[in-house]
Order: sequence, then structure tokens, then C-alpha cells
Amino acid sequence: MSGVRLLVGTKKGAFILSADGKRNAWDVQGPHFAGWEVYHLKGSPADPDRLYASQSSGWFGQKIQRSSDGGTSWEPMGDAFVYDGVPGTHQWYDGTQHPWEFKRVWHLEPSLSDPDAVYAGVEDAALFRTADGGKSWQELPGLRTHGSGPRWSPGAGGMCLHTILLDPATPDRIFIAISAAGAFRSEDGGASWRPINQGLHSQYIPDPTAEVGHCVHRIAMHRSRPGVLFMQKHWDVMRSDDAGDSWREISGNLPTDFGFVIDVHAHQPDTIYVVPIKSDSEHYPPEGKLRVYRSRTGGNEWEALTRGLPQRDCYVNVLRDSMAVDSLDPCGVYFGTTGGQVYGSADGGDSWAPIVRDLPPVLSVEVQTLP
Amino acid sequence: MKLRVALPTHLRTLAKVDGEVELDLDPPATLGSALTALEVRYPVLRGAIRDHGTLRRRNFVRFFACQQDLSLESADTPLPDAVVRGDEPLMIVGALAGG
Repeated sequence: MSGVRLLVGTKKGAFILSADGKRNAWDVQGPHFAGWEVYHLKGSPADPDRLYASQSSGWFGQKIQRSSDGGTSWEPMGDAFVYDGVPGTHQWYDGTQHPWEFKRVWHLEPSLSDPDAVYAGVEDAALFRTADGGKSWQELPGLRTHGSGPRWSPGAGGMCLHTILLDPATPDRIFIAISAAGAFRSEDGGASWRPINQGLHSQYIPDPTAEVGHCVHRIAMHRSRPGVLFMQKHWDVMRSDDAGDSWREISGNLPTDFGFVIDVHAHQPDTIYVVPIKSDSEHYPPEGKLRVYRSRTGGNEWEALTRGLPQRDCYVNVLRDSMAVDSLDPCGVYFGTTGGQVYGSADGGDSWAPIVRDLPPVLSVEVQTLP
Repeated sequence: MKLRVALPTHLRTLAKVDGEVELDLDPPATLGSALTALEVRYPVLRGAIRDHGTLRRRNFVRFFACQQDLSLESADTPLPDAVVRGDEPLMIVGALAGG
């Protein structure tokens, strides 16, 4: 019988939550890397038992761990993330220029076809790649050095490259997003890049329609339609129908268009999910009600999904890498909170139940659908 | 000479060791040579105590020995005699930080 495996990164370790296809009884394994921040872990689409994890600590830096048995055992891999050449400077909070400094890996994106190839999005923003299963990492410097780097600046969480989308139809096409620089696209496997932020409007930067400087929180695509992108920006939910060349707002009737996560239903490319958060200064749901909003029309028309979610006194946040969908039918949707809950829905979001309630603050959720 | 090194919990977990570790070290025994020997014996500790490339001490890591704070000393600083003799450990400590 098919099943699912949730890979949950938290402020104090990683957890693996497993269930069969019914998704109503869960086994909890962990914490792995106890006491360390695990910003992200993800499995290879080409070999589901091959997992990669980003383990970091303010004291002891960055470690990369790899599992070849679905997360039962792990081995440390290479963790030297060294910028190519002289790193240069980016804009600092006070407007001055500040040297690029590696801090941590935010996101790991395994290749769609090669279990040994993985992309890593790091803070300060840059894209790295390994071709040897994580033993060594090389920067793809064309992104950081393409020209607009000195105008990138850190968001409140740091200047992080947090989103990496690999186009399944066009293998050399990669989308990435940086807070706070914006979205970028490569057509040559990461060698060269161009900003794709036309149509974004950000009141908090001197030129609200600037080429770069936008605080993009997350981008999502459906693998059957990779030219259509959905974006949760700092404020505004956006959509592009031309692979990022232009964007239009689809916030519609959302109670607030601030938020972090966005994801797409596994079988319905126009069904998308967000979790509205009150504001950038109040990182919790409006009215103390934790609501996932679903649009079945690709945006603009949203419905609140509340069944099984707390509808009073709830003041958690849902961070940008903390939502995922499985590919079972009906589609499962999952998200984690800074309060340590991981919620799951086995019916496309109609109803929810907590899988776990008391983990450390959740930094990321990924899901693997297993045969 | 046998050098004793005491690691903080998270680094012991990374290195998969319990208690202190012992290192064979050729003279002259310096802070830098001890850290290099430690990293050669336990490669997973590379980057966790000193930055990759620059070998600069990470900000929240401290080096103590014989009631002395060696954290700000240069890499070629000789280790105290009691550490060289193995009577006292070189202590690598995660600095107190936060609340």
C-alpha cells in the first residue's frame, strides 16, 4: 500500500512522520540532529530513500547530512560553502554596502533525475550545487555576480535564497527566489540569470517597481504546467503565466495578503493554498484563527478552510518552507507552525487534524509519496 | 605526546565520541596544531570550530586550558605545559549566548 513520509525541520532537530495511504495514523521518528536547527530536508525524486538535510547552529556552523535509507541513519557530508572568487558586497539594513558572508543553507533541492546532484540555496544569498552526493559544493556564481547583487538586501530573516524550482519540462530552466531581492530565472542550468520581477509592487522599497529588491517569500509551480508560477510576496499573492516574465496580483478576497507559504494541489494546477498572516509586524493569523485559504480558480477567489484548525486564540506563524502536498488521491496537504504543530489534511484541505502538536518551532515541511 | 581535548556535547555527537578525546601530537604543541590534529582525526569537525578556509575561530566557540582563556590567542601560541603533558585537557567550549 502506498504511503507518505513527512520530513520536518525544526529549530531543535529533524523529525520524520510516516503513515500509510489513509494518512490517519502516524509514526514519529526523531529528533535527528537534536538541538541543531534543521532549516530543511528533502528527498531525491530519483531515489526516495536518499535524503539530504541542512543542519546548522549559531555556535558550530553548517553541516550537511545524507541518508540512504529513508532517514533511519545519516552520515555527514561536505559543508564547505565557499563563494566563488571575491564575494563582493550587498546592501545592508542601513543602506551601506556589506560583505557577502556565508551563514547557513536554507533550502536543498535534489535534482529530478540524479540522486547525487543537489542544489543548495544559502544565506547570504547564493546558489550552490553538488554533483557527488554532497561531498563537495560549488557555487553557481552567475546568480550572485549577474550585476544587481549590490542592490540586494536582507529581509528580517536574513538575505536568504529560500526557493529553488526545477522545471520538469525544460531541464536547464531553474527558478529561484531571494529575500529581499526577488525572483530570478536561468535557462542554462544556472550559469546565467535574469531577474523576473516585472509586475511586483513593493511599497517598502524606494522604487516600488524596481527590477530587484522585492521580498519574495515563496514561489510554487505545478509540475504539469511549469510556466505558471504562484508567489507569496511579503505582501501580495501573485501569479505569472509566462514563466515569470510578468506577474499580476491574485490576492482577491483574502483577509490579508501577507504570508509566507504557497503551494499547488497535486492534481489540480489551478488549486492553490496560502496561509494568511496578519502583517509583517504581527506574525500570526488574523483574529487568532488559523485558516488555510484555497483558491480553485488559480487565484482571486479564495475560501477559508477551517475544519479541524484552531479558530480562537491561535497566534502561531507558518514559515515559508513549511507547506507541502503529497500526490495521493485525494491530495494530502500539510503545514507546520512555529508553535510546533504539524497539521495534515487527507482531503485536499477540506478537513485538518494535527499529526503532532508539540515539536520545536517548525522551519520546513516536505512530503514524499511512497509506492 | 598525548593531548586530551574536551569537546562540547554537540561536537561530541558529531564526532561520535563519548567523553574526552586523545590526540597524538608532534611538538611543538600549539593551539593551532592541536586544532588541526583534531580536525584530521575527526573531519566532521572541520568548519564547526574554525571557519573553512580562513581557519578563524567561530564567534561562539572558546578555548580554555588550565584556567586560562586561549580564545583570542594566535594559532602558534604554545599550549600550557600541563596540557602538553596530558595532565589537563584543552577545553573547546560553546560560549554562553542568548538568555
